[in-house]
Amino acid sequence: MEIVIDTVSKAYGNTQALDEVSMSVSRGELFGLIGPDGAGKTTLMRILTSLLLPDKGRAELAGLDSRKDFKALRNILGYMPGRFSLYQDLSVEENLTFFASIFGEKFDPDFYLIRDIYAQLAPFKKRLAGRLSGGMKQKLALCCALIHKPRILILDEPTTGVDAVSRKEFWDMLSQLRQEQITTLVSTPYMDEAVRCDRVALIQAGKIMDINTPAGVVDSFKPELYSIATPHIYQTLLALKEYNDTYSVYPFGQVIHFIPTDASVSPHKVQDYLTKKGIEAVSITPALPNIEDCFMELMQDEHTNG
Amino acid sequence: MNTQTDNKPIIAVRNLVKKFGSFTANDHLTFDVHKGEIFGFLGANGAGKTTAIRILCGLSAPTSGELTVAGFDVYKNADQIKKNIGYMSQKFSLYDDMTVWENIRFYAGIYRMRRKDIREKTADLLKKLDLEPVRDKLIAGLSVGWKQKLAFSIAIFHSPAIVFLDEPTGGVDPVTRRQFWEMIYEAASNGITVFVTTHYMDEAEYCDRVCIMTEGKIIAMNTPSKLKEEYDTDSMDEVFRKLARNVET
Repeated sequence: MEIVIDTVSKAYGNTQALDEVSMSVSRGELFGLIGPDGAGKTTLMRILTSLLLPDKGRAELAGLDSRKDFKALRNILGYMPGRFSLYQDLSVEENLTFFASIFGEKFDPDFYLIRDIYAQLAPFKKRLAGRLSGGMKQKLALCCALIHKPRILILDEPTTGVDAVSRKEFWDMLSQLRQEQITTLVSTPYMDEAVRCDRVALIQAGKIMDINTPAGVVDSFKPELYSIATPHIYQTLLALKEYNDTYSVYPFGQVIHFIPTDASVSPHKVQDYLTKKGIEAVSITPALPNIEDCFMELMQDEHTNG
Repeated sequence: MNTQTDNKPIIAVRNLVKKFGSFTANDHLTFDVHKGEIFGFLGANGAGKTTAIRILCGLSAPTSGELTVAGFDVYKNADQIKKNIGYMSQKFSLYDDMTVWENIRFYAGIYRMRRKDIREKTADLLKKLDLEPVRDKLIAGLSVGWKQKLAFSIAIFHSPAIVFLDEPTGGVDPVTRRQFWEMIYEAASNGITVFVTTHYMDEAEYCDRVCIMTEGKIIAMNTPSKLKEEYDTDSMDEVFRKLARNVET
């Protein structure tokens, strides 16, 4: 195992940021840490990068202990913090030269790990980093994290605040890096990005709720799930909230997702109930869950959300 | 939702242009929003969304074009517009160093609500949001999800005709996000028009109708279903990717 996290806990005052988190990542894996703000993603990444000490437990990366071997560890890590932390008043080229020199390297635009990404940045190489668009900043930060040929890459929400086009491009780059046997741990609050990972950990309130392949997460979703299409979304939601056979009901974009208390509750029965409530023009069809449905189901399992 | 619509739009925009020097932030925008509609205003950072929303809120004057918001002309009656709208953004919403109750009273006071109304509505709101136990707690101690729900409730506390939500969600868990959308649906069903900007394309799926902007121009406007049909895909993300080329300027 390239990354081993063993019962790591960390508290800030009364807030338990991480609660006995254990997981491991294989060499060359693209591993996603998926959860909302405040789930503990950044805390875990800061512990792995030796920037923060856990209260309990330990972490090992490429055989190096994050506490004892921090100096050696930092040389083999590429880290992209959540906040853009390159020098805004240095140009693209100057940032790359600077980060290369820290690791005793020279910046080479043709270096195989950064060549393809830098090709997109090259037209703006004289531009100040602070004047790049969000997507371009992320590409530059990724280049800087790769410039010393790290063995492990740790990326803290690289796609937050970036538009849909740049997000897709960024994931395409990560998929390419996978070919180079670099182990990548990447965090994101966007559930839909889970499908781009080999495996994901779903994290909420400092606890890992599930670790699986994206397909495995969806396969382990047990309840019957129905998609309800209606022009009267709000009225239908209200009606189903007070329905006896409702286990859960929530808006899901243009439709409503509905889970009955047990599998014997037929769509017909639900339809009849809604008709009695005066809600017509409803279509109820079985639906395939996505990662968001799974995440919510796991949250409901863990505890009632407050 | 737009179950019943007046014929007269609540927001009417014709050929809105806003220039900053030689830079055109809004380039001939034309659109209508109807009463009780949830209207999504989408685009990447820098597409011109914030510029347009500031003009619609009466905070910035357009360079040219005709605009009425809640029946008022933005050139002549900007102050009337401000009284008849609510506004919430992820960045600026509540005062961290005031309590839950103080924040409600402060905003209600700004809109000159009567004391009796404030008292009654505050009690209702705290009860509805289950915030009674923390009414005297500082905002700083609330979770992001609770802040969002409270900020939205405060933005519609004075029963405005329109509420503008500027990048309101993001970063919250999927359950909290849906609770927030349910509140939006409720407001819309009470006849409040909801104008929401976001760069999260999956949020667009919750809107009745969306308008997509790039580089100051509207490049698409329709219901999410129609857009997905038109661009032959099952996600708004993909619609956006097909519409917007990634041009660095």
